[in-house]
Amino acid sequence: MRTKAYVPYLFLTPALVLFAVFMGYPIIYSFLLSFQTSVGGELTFAGISNYTRLFGDEIFFTALKNTFVIMVTQVPLMLFLGIVLAALLNAVKGLKGVFRVSFFMPAVTSLVAYSIIFSIMLMGDGIINQFLAQVGIGAVPWLSDPIWAKAALILAMTWRWTGYNMVIYLAAMQNISESLYEAASIDGASRIKQFFSITVPQLKPVILFTAILSTIGTLQLFDEPYTLTKGGPSDATLTIGMYLYQTGFRYFDFGYASTLAYVIVVLIAVLSFIQFKVTGDK
Amino acid sequence: MRTLNIRSMLLYAALTLGALVSLFPFYWAAVAATNESGKVFAKPPVLLPGGKLIENIVNLNNAIGIGRVMFNSLVVVVIYTALSLTICTMAGYAFAKFRFKGRDIIFGIFLLSMMVPFHALVIPLFKMMAAWGWLDTYQALILPNLAYPFAIFLMRQNMLAVPDGIMEAGRIDGISEWGLFSRIIMPSVKPALAATAIFLFMYQWNSFLWPLIAAQSKEMYTLPVALSSLFGLSRIDYGQVMAGVTLATGPIIIFFLLLQRHFISGMLGTAVKE
Repeated sequence: MRTKAYVPYLFLTPALVLFAVFMGYPIIYSFLLSFQTSVGGELTFAGISNYTRLFGDEIFFTALKNTFVIMVTQVPLMLFLGIVLAALLNAVKGLKGVFRVSFFMPAVTSLVAYSIIFSIMLMGDGIINQFLAQVGIGAVPWLSDPIWAKAALILAMTWRWTGYNMVIYLAAMQNISESLYEAASIDGASRIKQFFSITVPQLKPVILFTAILSTIGTLQLFDEPYTLTKGGPSDATLTIGMYLYQTGFRYFDFGYASTLAYVIVVLIAVLSFIQFKVTGDK
Repeated sequence: MRTLNIRSMLLYAALTLGALVSLFPFYWAAVAATNESGKVFAKPPVLLPGGKLIENIVNLNNAIGIGRVMFNSLVVVVIYTALSLTICTMAGYAFAKFRFKGRDIIFGIFLLSMMVPFHALVIPLFKMMAAWGWLDTYQALILPNLAYPFAIFLMRQNMLAVPDGIMEAGRIDGISEWGLFSRIIMPSVKPALAATAIFLFMYQWNSFLWPLIAAQSKEMYTLPVALSSLFGLSRIDYGQVMAGVTLATGPIIIFFLLLQRHFISGMLGTAVKE
């Protein structure tokens, strides 16, 4: 190579500068902010008081609990549906492309747009309750009952993201060797048995990848509850992301909001680490 | 042969049901956009287009100035995509095709930063923009996230596949480093460029939290922010809201349908075999 040593740095400079200004600096800045509190409009150093405040903050615990409830129900449900759909799609010959595009379509739209559509569909007289009435199920108070409001969020998120995960699984399935299935067929294993003893284990690394992505996504959940349920009823769908927004931009308590941001950062790091340990190679 | 047919019929039935569930909300929103507000809750449901589309769009325009809002979204998205694509492609090229001091550490930091939620940046970014007097400007909407780590990662992965021999040959022919990049490397990763461009475009078109914070006046709202402000009103005109939703979703869906092959393979970082 007769390349001058500075050449790669020239190509990297724009990205590095922008990254430093709009990502590196804010990350450090918000860490410092998390140790400050607003006194008469001025931010002053407050030690770890923001962090100790967390422990007495009931709204924070409500938001934390909501976020976790949504995460542990929605993520497995969606990933399972994604794998099943991918397996079904992998088994057919014709129209593959049409189905793939149809399933992926929800992942293309803005979170705000689909949340608006869903909140109108889920209203008391909305089309979903009308459909349920047709099959003999009474009206569900999707947006006004604390439990059903969470279910509404889960429903909407599953609609939005299942196809996205399905496409990832579908790509991974095409790398599973056909001979594994042939051998299993000769041994007389049923299709369902093959799915659980070949497909799922072979997809393990990809499942881990999608599980981490979905976990990170759920911990940041904001657009959907902001639009779909506005955090209600009575904070039943308030997420940490929404609480952060309210603290920062409704009450302008930047210090405490930054503390909440770091709670999300730490949760993401810890949960990703655990997922690696549990699902990763032994 | 017969059992096989029944099985594949069941498969297709399940897939068709899934596809209907995926597509129905879009169809329903588009239908609601063409009907008057009350029809959204009509019994039995109205599932066919009506003749109120123009009226709904006029109302929408009176409420949020849809022309201006779409213009904002387009300006931000087009400039953002062009700049970000250039910057991320250059960075991906550096990471993929050069050995230099600090390369692996810097790349590691980029990768790690993908785990940092945008929430952690929002408050400092807001304070920075406020201090520079940039709130409510296009640059405030465009600048953060220009160096998008995922896009850098995608471009790097794709550039790794370009043989080094091409570059060697180019250097021997006396092509400048920039010429090498723009005339030889870029054309050879066209599919990846397309995929990354689509990804960036969609990301920015749909972005909500940052524009919600950075755009202070109605004149600077982007589509998602304007829609959300409209939907937050106490008296909601549903026909008008759905017209807005359809205007926000329609273009991106058409864009996606035209380029979906590139987009899906690009999102996965590898070519999806079909």
